[in-house]
Amino acid sequence: MTEKSKANSPETPIIEMAGVAISSQAYPEKAVIEDINWTVRPGEFWIIAGMHGSGKSDLMATSAGLFPPLSGSYRFFDHEMPIFEDHLVSERLRLGLVFEGGQLLQNLTIRENVTLPLRYHRPEATMREITDMLELTGLKHHANSLPAVVSRSWHKRAGLARALVMRPEILLVDDPLSGLDPRHAHWWVDFLRELSTGHDCMGGRPLTLLVTTEDLRPWRNFDAHFAILQDKRFTGLGGQSDLAGHAQPLVKELLAEH
Amino acid sequence: MDKGNQATAQETARTRWLTQAPLPRSYSDYVGRKIFRFLMTVHGLGAFALITFGVIFTKLRTARSVTTPLIFHELARSGLRLLPMFLFMSAALGLVVIGQTVSWLTRVGAANSFLGPIMVLVVVRELGPLFTALLVLSRSGTGNVIELGTARALGEVEALESMSIDPVHYLVMPRVIGMALGVFSLTVFFIIGAILSGYLWAFLQNVPLRPGDYFEQLARALSGLDFAILAVKSFLFGTVIAIITCYHGLSQPLQLSEVPAATIRAVAQSIIACVLVDAIFIFTYLLV
Repeated sequence: MTEKSKANSPETPIIEMAGVAISSQAYPEKAVIEDINWTVRPGEFWIIAGMHGSGKSDLMATSAGLFPPLSGSYRFFDHEMPIFEDHLVSERLRLGLVFEGGQLLQNLTIRENVTLPLRYHRPEATMREITDMLELTGLKHHANSLPAVVSRSWHKRAGLARALVMRPEILLVDDPLSGLDPRHAHWWVDFLRELSTGHDCMGGRPLTLLVTTEDLRPWRNFDAHFAILQDKRFTGLGGQSDLAGHAQPLVKELLAEH
Repeated sequence: MDKGNQATAQETARTRWLTQAPLPRSYSDYVGRKIFRFLMTVHGLGAFALITFGVIFTKLRTARSVTTPLIFHELARSGLRLLPMFLFMSAALGLVVIGQTVSWLTRVGAANSFLGPIMVLVVVRELGPLFTALLVLSRSGTGNVIELGTARALGEVEALESMSIDPVHYLVMPRVIGMALGVFSLTVFFIIGAILSGYLWAFLQNVPLRPGDYFEQLARALSGLDFAILAVKSFLFGTVIAIITCYHGLSQPLQLSEVPAATIRAVAQSIIACVLVDAIFIFTYLLV
């Protein structure tokens, strides 16, 4: 089997980490999570919980290939990550990343931000695709505004729309619910659930999802794999049924009603 | 004590501090740090310039629908929009050069013979390109560092990488090409403005020189080498300023509070680099 056909095989794990240590973006020499052994298969939904500063954003950034792991082996669709080679750009585009704050380009309007990856990688894309995505994410009325005049909640949605327009196979969403009002939070939970089961915007195909969170409550009813980040460790918790009675104090804390 | 011995004693007193070596450790540490930092900057700038040229040569035609408007935007910012200020400054430079030249040459009765050659020497070969580069640095170069430093601090560079967009291709390449073209174009307009205003000031100072004679003097003083060097020099100034300002905006993770310091460093290093480039071309003139 050639490397390309192996990477495209449905059995090939999307993410395979073995003994990976992840560095902090602020202090690149310092490990925030060590010895991660983690496999993500197509169609899986992972909820990764942790307190503030536990390395959730660093895990997302490294998983997205923005930073190399400090040590260990990280393979993405059977390619060594991070991928820098120009001829493997199409492999990188199988992954979409939604930053916690949206990370929009401040000198572009919301519409220009959403269309940027399409204009760069797929200039033949139609305006219809973009308009549909803006409507789907509720951004139509803010489309011609600069990010500076739009609230942070919409920045996150624009970040989501920007990642989805490239039709990724796996979507990494960094703490989507932080700082949101209940209406926006419900929208995100419902939309991510639809994406995981197969949304029309993705052609009905279930999207592989990795979501980080500081609060497990909104996600506890999801048919997902759960993991926590604590004391520089990535620990798998199992599925939804394993979550409620879990003995880990942090899990109880993250599930507790305040 | 005779005069010879007195002089020797004074000389010894003056140089005594040299014999008190080793100097305090903090002095050598300070100098060492400065030298090390200088070498690191040269290394970083060299690497960044090579990466940028590599991207320009390999990805010039990639995603042109995205990068071409960015190049035009930079060309407008570092060229067209600065034109009114440049026309004013060129008129002022023409006045300064011709005013001073006429006041001195009138004393030897040669004012009408040397205005053209002096304009070529001073404006075309030296002040025109250098002045243009420094003005573009002050207006657009500083803007580059602030924009890119802020973008870096706000995580926009990581956002581009997450979309598989090379930040050097999207952020640096258009600025380098746009600024090189902008500095070249502005230099041409600046020189034309200074030459025309120079004649105007000479006319107002009653120098007996007809326009035809003035332009004939200019044409005789100019050579093909002047045009070639002018083009190369102004393109180089634009490229150097763009690379140094982009380097300081992008090369390392910045906090928003660090952006002003990065801007100051970029301006100082751009001025030094432009003067060094200019010095190389002065040697070229001396050798040819």
